[in-house]
Amino acid sequence: MDIRVDGALAFAATGGRAFDPSLPVTVFVHGAAFDHTVWKLQARYFAWNGGSVLAVDLPGHGRSEGPPCPTIPAMADWLVALMDAAEVGEANLVGHSMGALVAMDAAARHGGRVRKLALLGAAPAIPVNDLLLGRSAEDDHHALELLTGWGYGRRAHYGVHKMPGIWMTGGGLRTLERAAPGVLHNDLVATNAYEDGEAAAAAVACPTLVVIGARDLMTPAKRGRALAGMLPDATTVVIPQAGHIMLDEEPDATLDALKDFLVD
Amino acid sequence: MADPLAFKRDTLSLHAGQKPDPTTGARAVPIYQTTSYVFDDTEQAASLFNLERAGHIYTRISNPTVAVLEERVAALEGGVGAVCTASGQAGLHLAVATLMDAGGHIVSSASIYGGSHNLFTHTLPRFGIETTFVHPRDTEGFRTAIRPETRLVFGETLGNPGLEIMDMPAVAAIAHEAGIPLMIDSTFATPCLCRPIEHGCDIVMHSATKFLGGHGVAIGGVIVDAGKFDWEASGKFPTLTEPYLGYHGIDFAEEFGPAAFIARARAEGLRDFGACMSPTNAFHILQGVESLPVRMARHVENARKIVAFLDGHDAVTWVSYPELPSHPDHERAKTLLPQGSGAIFCFGVKGGREAGRAFIEAVELLSHLANVGDAKSLVIHPASTTHQQMDAAALEAAGVGEDMVRLSIGLEDPEDLIADLERGLRAAARAAKGR
Repeated sequence: MDIRVDGALAFAATGGRAFDPSLPVTVFVHGAAFDHTVWKLQARYFAWNGGSVLAVDLPGHGRSEGPPCPTIPAMADWLVALMDAAEVGEANLVGHSMGALVAMDAAARHGGRVRKLALLGAAPAIPVNDLLLGRSAEDDHHALELLTGWGYGRRAHYGVHKMPGIWMTGGGLRTLERAAPGVLHNDLVATNAYEDGEAAAAAVACPTLVVIGARDLMTPAKRGRALAGMLPDATTVVIPQAGHIMLDEEPDATLDALKDFLVD
Repeated sequence: MADPLAFKRDTLSLHAGQKPDPTTGARAVPIYQTTSYVFDDTEQAASLFNLERAGHIYTRISNPTVAVLEERVAALEGGVGAVCTASGQAGLHLAVATLMDAGGHIVSSASIYGGSHNLFTHTLPRFGIETTFVHPRDTEGFRTAIRPETRLVFGETLGNPGLEIMDMPAVAAIAHEAGIPLMIDSTFATPCLCRPIEHGCDIVMHSATKFLGGHGVAIGGVIVDAGKFDWEASGKFPTLTEPYLGYHGIDFAEEFGPAAFIARARAEGLRDFGACMSPTNAFHILQGVESLPVRMARHVENARKIVAFLDGHDAVTWVSYPELPSHPDHERAKTLLPQGSGAIFCFGVKGGREAGRAFIEAVELLSHLANVGDAKSLVIHPASTTHQQMDAAALEAAGVGEDMVRLSIGLEDPEDLIADLERGLRAAARAAKGR
């Protein structure tokens, strides 16, 4: 659905069902240069099983007007502003990679608005490789290829998508290609610059789930476990064989982890 | 592709879409010869039917063996996904039916497979879909032929049977300017010789019966979604951008992003039209795909030797092969088909129809039949077989002459093939003298 946030048009997918803020709301936040479509299966589940969903396109991403927010805290503030605009008092926040930092920052500074928090492919800090930063600064397609290569786990490069006939890395690359020029670099700079992760984790008051891909090259499993150790009330789920983009690589295992944690 | 972990073409041909069978450890792709799949519980069943979880429900819609072939071809072509169909023709119909309704219009190259020409000319009009044909070398003609109701531009990498090579990037740009996708039948080229998506194509199709399978044992088709076309921006494709009541109001472009087309093709087209590929056929075709790069290299190598033999032969009036300087698309072939122009080509037999008939009846090693892309070499006379439903004007427009013989060069020793062709040409020469 389209919704105005701070005067700009924003988009949030609702899992194929009309949004209803009176139901338990789950807000999904995508990673760098991605958009709401990365949550297609998980969003549909929560929308059709007793809840309501906002799978957002961050500003400048997907169908939301730009420009992109320059920092993780700015993205977190925008997320809370979107919840205001959608008349959502309290919601579950689910974030992936950069989106996990956004969700965690929002939970740390707007604790009363977050019922439960789920962080996928997350770490206290996510330093970005210099080569990737440099290529993204030039809007070089190579940056997208590097992100696809390192983001998807080794196993995913053989394919075998749960959705029959879908070529995993091809779909990921095409989704990244849809981002407007400059968006990936904005996101990588914002992610690289975020140094408040440890303090934010300590300030999160709600129950938190940390979902770790055992073969994650971008936020390695030990960094995910370190993050869980900093959170006051954390549960950890490790998905074997999965890389950084576990929500696409292992959509059922990701959904099971979210469902078990978020559904009372 | 500079993805640091991406496998290269020859590896994808063998491994994409498959992991050793989790139950048995089988290294080969098992034939999952089953119609249906047991649900874990009622909740999982409901989730599968509502696209909240992905998986197999019924083999008409998807099957584990077929899915391996789908992923493998999608990977080789550089797409986001694929759907396999009962035949190449079923794939073409599925693509058309996914994109348009009655009232739709197609702009197509005139030099296409006779079956596709027939579908466009005679069958689709019964369902309210019209086609305008354009000579594949008339690039601007594609622009002129596009109407407000046009929903697809269609062509072949290598035209049939004249091997015309349309200016794919230019035609793609014309289609995209009009908010329309370009679909390419790349059966003759395979992803080993040309990857149309890299040249602007939005949907690739194959008759997998041909080189992909490669051994003449299974009929099948496949359509690949490049995932690049912006259906929302076009505004001409409500099947992809508006709620579909046949699936709980799903908006495919909104929910599936770059995979919108292929998701709708499966969710609606396979479910309702039902022209699915059988698991056993997928298995047979997969055996061919595993050796595709090696076979295509040998197909091209043999074809070049046969072309060299025929070109300038006393009993041959002409040879049409894009790698010959005499071919009108010689320069374009260097750009679009740098690894070779395939193994299917035509030549003219001196003496016309009677000489052509004598040639075909005299050859022994080459098989006279209506197929191409087999490991065995094949020969046919298009005017009397694949294109026989066209009238004289349509034949001329399609570049099919009465003296034309089409060869599909296989993997035999080229010296044996040349000996067989020499036998046929001697018979043709005798027939020509006896006229």
